[in-house]
Amino acid sequence: MTRLGSWIGKHLMLTLGILVLLYMYIPNFIVALMSFNDSSESRNLYQFQSFTWDNWLNPCEPQGMCESLRVSISIGLLSTLVATIIGTLAAFALVRHRFEGRSTMNLVLFLPMATPEIVMGSSLLALFVAAGFGGQLGFWTVLIAHIMFCISFVVVTVRSRLAGLDSNLEKAASDLYANEWQTFWRITFPLVFPGILAAALLSFSLSFDDFIITNLNSGTTVTFPMFVWGAAQRGVPMQVNVIGTLMFLLALGIVIGGELLSRRRAHGKASAL
Amino acid sequence: MASLQRVFGKNAAYLLIGPAAIWLAVFFLFPMLSLLTTSLSDPATGSPINGYTLTWRIGNYVEALGDYWPYMARSLMYAGIATLMCLVLGYVLAYAIAFKAGRWKTVMLVLVIAPFFTSFLVRTLSWKLILADNGFIVNTLQTLHILGEDGRLLATPFAVIMGLTYNFLPFTILPLYTSLEKIDPKLNEAAADLYASPFQRFTKVIWPLSLPGVVGGTLLTFIPATGDYINASLLGSPNTQMVGNKIQQLFTTSGDYPHAAALSVILMVIIVAMVMFYVRRAGTEELL
Repeated sequence: MTRLGSWIGKHLMLTLGILVLLYMYIPNFIVALMSFNDSSESRNLYQFQSFTWDNWLNPCEPQGMCESLRVSISIGLLSTLVATIIGTLAAFALVRHRFEGRSTMNLVLFLPMATPEIVMGSSLLALFVAAGFGGQLGFWTVLIAHIMFCISFVVVTVRSRLAGLDSNLEKAASDLYANEWQTFWRITFPLVFPGILAAALLSFSLSFDDFIITNLNSGTTVTFPMFVWGAAQRGVPMQVNVIGTLMFLLALGIVIGGELLSRRRAHGKASAL
Repeated sequence: MASLQRVFGKNAAYLLIGPAAIWLAVFFLFPMLSLLTTSLSDPATGSPINGYTLTWRIGNYVEALGDYWPYMARSLMYAGIATLMCLVLGYVLAYAIAFKAGRWKTVMLVLVIAPFFTSFLVRTLSWKLILADNGFIVNTLQTLHILGEDGRLLATPFAVIMGLTYNFLPFTILPLYTSLEKIDPKLNEAAADLYASPFQRFTKVIWPLSLPGVVGGTLLTFIPATGDYINASLLGSPNTQMVGNKIQQLFTTSGDYPHAAALSVILMVIIVAMVMFYVRRAGTEELL
């Protein structure tokens, strides 16, 4: 009985865990499969018909899709840039300084993560309308909204990296006559950088994928998720699956590449010693 | 950063925190106020383009609650069930990664996050294909007589709850993993040395120590799931619409901002009240 118990403890949990992981990949598998679907023969867009390369060869064929992709990427990059800078500065303030209003600031940073998107989106819309911008919703109002909801996630990510930093390394640098500026750029920043990078990736994916807040504040501007939403009413073009698969492979490539690079670096440093 | 301290003295912290504080004050806190005043405005005298004037019209709340309470109840129920399912599935996976994955830990963690780079909407749409009436799953269930002859999965509450569970699962897994990872395996071994059964070791050692992750993970799942309307729109039917659907319709299609705002405020108040109660009961107040 105890042997059975320990066997279950050892392998069952891992097996179940892998099954859950597989469940999480069912949609990605379907999306990849449908990117090779030839939908020209049939009106039924929710069934695999026959294999084709066409969707991959002409990804921009559906009208408006690649324009919406461009809009999403520009908003994503701009909001990531601004939110990462603002958020990183705030994380430094919260970890390295004791100041009045610090606990209030922690609460204010937590709130956007605990507010349903529909409430945030509608409150921003209410503000824009009250301020007289009701007729000018578009690129800039979406950008403002995205920066707003990304900041909290940047602060949380960078803060945890910064809090786990060994302050002895900075002390050692100043013992070795590095000035404050050198210590920051040679020691602190490189050590915090992985956290900043993770925060930037997270921001971009949050912005790129956002629908609920964007939909309320975009006016006539169409982002990629909004294009998909609009197309879903008529029947989604198969090229949408190509973009979905490409994004997935790109992200996986960045993460794996980063991991390999940091391992090789660690290895290189170890052998240099 | 310390050089900033020297030049600006105590104000260095405020220079660093300033941009974030201002941005969130102007585009998060201030809009909440704006939402509140809109919810108390007369819908008849204003318009979405010209704005509304505050008339302290409490009636908006009475009407919003009277007309749309079934949507609210449905949202809370669907989100609640989905959160429980996420907790079960997420706990299994987080436990496997934290204690059983060995050197595959990082790889499995990356694999948890990776699917989410394929657009949320595209992935949700693919469930439409999986749960389709002539699809593999429905056919199998019909053959096994679990589902009736013309029984279906799509456009049912099951499909919506399943979609919510799938979409918010990583939000449960990551906090669970963080707190499970911190548990010293030696505690588990010590319990085993003292003749605790695997079940006892789980209920007396692992579970209590993972509570911060359980609270964090369920909150991060329940809150967005309650406000979500994408799963209800794409996988459900008019009978499975949630409060998010209604708020969105009132804002974009009907242009009835005061009632939409009132419904948003009600949703926010219910969520804040539930979160406070839950966090108190679970005794993990340090989380906030």
